[in-house]
Amino acid sequence: MKITSKLYMALVMIFLYAPIVVMIIFSFNSGKSTAVFTGFSTKWYAELANDSATLEALKNTIVLAICSSVISVIIGTVAAIGIYKLKMKWLKTTILSVTNIPMINPEIVTGVSMMLLFVFIGKLVNVQDVLGFNTLLIAHITFNLPYVILSVLPVLKQTDPHIPEAAQDLGCTPVQAFFKVTLPSIRPGIITGFLMAFTLSLDDFIISYFSSGPEFQTLPIKIFSMTKKHVKPDLYALSTLIFVAILVLLLIINFSQSKAENKNKRNMKG
Amino acid sequence: MNKTKSSSMITNLPYIVWSIIFIIAPLIMVAYYAFTDRDANFTLSNIKLLWSGHYPEIFGISILFAVIATAVCFIISYPLALVMVKSSNKVQRNVMLLVMVPMWMNFLIRTYSWRNILSDNGIINTFLESIGIGKLELTGTAGAVIFGMVYNFLPYMILPIYSVMSKLDVKYVEAAEDLGATKIQVLLRVIFPLSLPGVISGITMVFVPSVSTFYISQKLGEGKFMLIGDSIELQFQQANNYNLGASLSLVLMVLIIISMLIMNKFSDDEGAVII
Amino acid sequence: MKKDIIIDLRNISVSFDDQPILKSINLYIRDREFITFLGPSGCGKTTTLRIIAGFLKPDSGEVIFDDKNINDVPPHKRPVNTIFQRYALFPHLNVYENIAFGLQLRKIPKNEIRETVSEMLALVNLKGFEHRNINSLSGGQQQRVAIARALAVKPRVLLLDEPLGALDLKLRKDMQVELKNIQQRMGITFIYVTHDQEEALSMSDTIVVMDNGVIQQIGTPTDIYNEPKNAFVADFIGESNILDGIMRKDFLVEFAGIKFKCVDSGFGENTPVDVVIRPEDVDVVPFEEGMLCGEVTSVTFKGVHYEIIVDIKGFKWMIQSTDYQKVGDKIGISIKPDEIHIMKKSEYSGMFGDYSSYSDEFDELSDVDADMTEEEGDDE
Repeated sequence: MKITSKLYMALVMIFLYAPIVVMIIFSFNSGKSTAVFTGFSTKWYAELANDSATLEALKNTIVLAICSSVISVIIGTVAAIGIYKLKMKWLKTTILSVTNIPMINPEIVTGVSMMLLFVFIGKLVNVQDVLGFNTLLIAHITFNLPYVILSVLPVLKQTDPHIPEAAQDLGCTPVQAFFKVTLPSIRPGIITGFLMAFTLSLDDFIISYFSSGPEFQTLPIKIFSMTKKHVKPDLYALSTLIFVAILVLLLIINFSQSKAENKNKRNMKG
Repeated sequence: MNKTKSSSMITNLPYIVWSIIFIIAPLIMVAYYAFTDRDANFTLSNIKLLWSGHYPEIFGISILFAVIATAVCFIISYPLALVMVKSSNKVQRNVMLLVMVPMWMNFLIRTYSWRNILSDNGIINTFLESIGIGKLELTGTAGAVIFGMVYNFLPYMILPIYSVMSKLDVKYVEAAEDLGATKIQVLLRVIFPLSLPGVISGITMVFVPSVSTFYISQKLGEGKFMLIGDSIELQFQQANNYNLGASLSLVLMVLIIISMLIMNKFSDDEGAVII
Repeated sequence: MKKDIIIDLRNISVSFDDQPILKSINLYIRDREFITFLGPSGCGKTTTLRIIAGFLKPDSGEVIFDDKNINDVPPHKRPVNTIFQRYALFPHLNVYENIAFGLQLRKIPKNEIRETVSEMLALVNLKGFEHRNINSLSGGQQQRVAIARALAVKPRVLLLDEPLGALDLKLRKDMQVELKNIQQRMGITFIYVTHDQEEALSMSDTIVVMDNGVIQQIGTPTDIYNEPKNAFVADFIGESNILDGIMRKDFLVEFAGIKFKCVDSGFGENTPVDVVIRPEDVDVVPFEEGMLCGEVTSVTFKGVHYEIIVDIKGFKWMIQSTDYQKVGDKIGISIKPDEIHIMKKSEYSGMFGDYSSYSDEFDELSDVDADMTEEEGDDE
């Protein structure tokens, strides 16, 4: 049983990682092929460093991810607090159901529907190329918001409802109580929401594909157009770098989490 | 009382406005474009068109492929989750991390990489040829498209099933064994029913993206299989027939709502599907 | 008006969604006293506390503090502080930062803050806990931090909302003593909310018994126990047998079909009244010597005494006695005149007092229930 179950886990892992391993290997191929390995070389990485279009797309992606995640964290946190405080049950259920729509709806439908809205508004105000950074930003904020709200809301529910009152009791004005106590006490939820929004935004292709214009390209869109033609190992080099970056980020998060856990455990004992 | 009411409205209002403009209105736009022609006149022709030509076939294949992919994902994931919960905490955490890492990788690249592995000049065929078996046609088949779906969406099945199962109380299993159930009976009559919420949300999370995908079929199916997602993309990005594209999206949405309602019938807990 | 009155509530009424919670409450609180609001869940005790703290505005009535109306003073400007039910400690701050929170808002110099915090930690026996994480503390320790945090800002009045509700029995008893000590050492007013009558009796200078948004009785613990004003108070505080009776004339009351001498007067002749007899005041005597006679239907050993239920003419009496009786025994009882307490008829007459459906577990279960619903009922 033990060996078969380990074997099974290993097989699933091989399945999940095979294309990634192949990608990493061929990113060091000296030849142009992505199927036949002809020798080790780092020339595709060097080429990448000089590819201004790709670097531009990378910069765009990061700018967009930062902007959309920051804005959605602000709107989403305020919304989560509002929803939490809301007494009218029907309104609460309605808001939460609407919040779920972007998560349930197929991405292609979300993308297409946003595109139609933008095009429709563009026609109304007589703007030709309405799709660009702004529309992309709106689309990203929209699909990020549910994730922010659904990470903050459970933390709010867990915290003691009297905490803002306790702050006022000790001398805070209601506004001070919000910034000094309410916000910091839901910080874990806000950070989770931010990280989810940031990574979703970095990785999104389908919705961006429909809500962006030619003058603002993100990396996933750039990759899409690259895979339409014959792919050279430079794309693999790029992907390898992204993979390593993500891996490092995840390890840091994982490490800091387990460190925090250990710290808590020590405190319990001491 | 009135004061708290108005203050909660202030915190709710921005988001309510945002949702109406950017969640509700876009969906209304889809319906609007689906029922109008290029000159914004009301018409049913876009919808009617979907009952003719190759469209019924497109819908049929899309659903069939998605159902098969979802089933295969389930068959792979359920035993994996079972095996995982029986392992040590450390193994569980590491396997979870390993399952999640590929999700953060762009799916275009991973799909393209499979194409390289499976293509006529790819690693597998090069290997097969070198040992004298000869090339096999791996890409451009229905199997390859379904394979791509399974590969891309497998984590969405593993994660919910595992998370429900890891929270299952061992006492249920012990109680069942105590009452004389065999291992298989425990699995079928205790573990499976209790893990059903995870299974259902896993099915939804795999079925929805599978039935609406457009990239996988183009790369691994080499364009031989037209799916709903492909035809929507075609209308919006190349044919520029937004009205037809909108009607396709509308039907896709209705299709998904119907399948969700069917799924909901299987579970008492509505929240499970919504995850 | 007396000099030492610190808080005066005048005609306070509150309702939520047209449901009256407080019905014209009048109450004054003396400086430096330990006063307890006692009552079942939903009686309005927590609401009264929140009105004093300023979290809730009364629909009508006045809150007077030091002879000044403070209806419109927001919570952060009131010289009162609250210990919340689940402590409401700030999870993102450690013990030191929690206690220093109110002091920092008052812009007090750092070294003074440090001094006060360590003083407070000493007061609540938590020296050396400064840098501990809030979540790593036990319930009792969190409770102490909450007390230190509230007392650090030197309030005139400390409000405690069922502060011991989440602690286990042993810890609860210890904390009762400790709270009383702290109150005496600090020399400030404590307003304490609880549904636990034992807690109220052992800690308070004054008890305010509430039910249904109305104050039922105000008095010292001994007054409340010995001279309950109505059947509700008699039943809620301690155990009691409550019987229908008729005051034949001064010092003579008739109940259970027999006339008894008593020490009460002034009710008028032939007035229907409620008669209260505490279980420990009933003496068990041989069958033939009893003023009243009946059959033992159940006996429970309680440690210091036996709890005996006796059926006398269909009414189940509870008697506490150190002597064991067998179920089925026929026994007599005897009651001295000063142990018969007479009360006016009230809306509560006939609702309490018979032990025919008595069961220990049932009592405890309904207590837990009360804890749960209290939050929802009073929270708005």
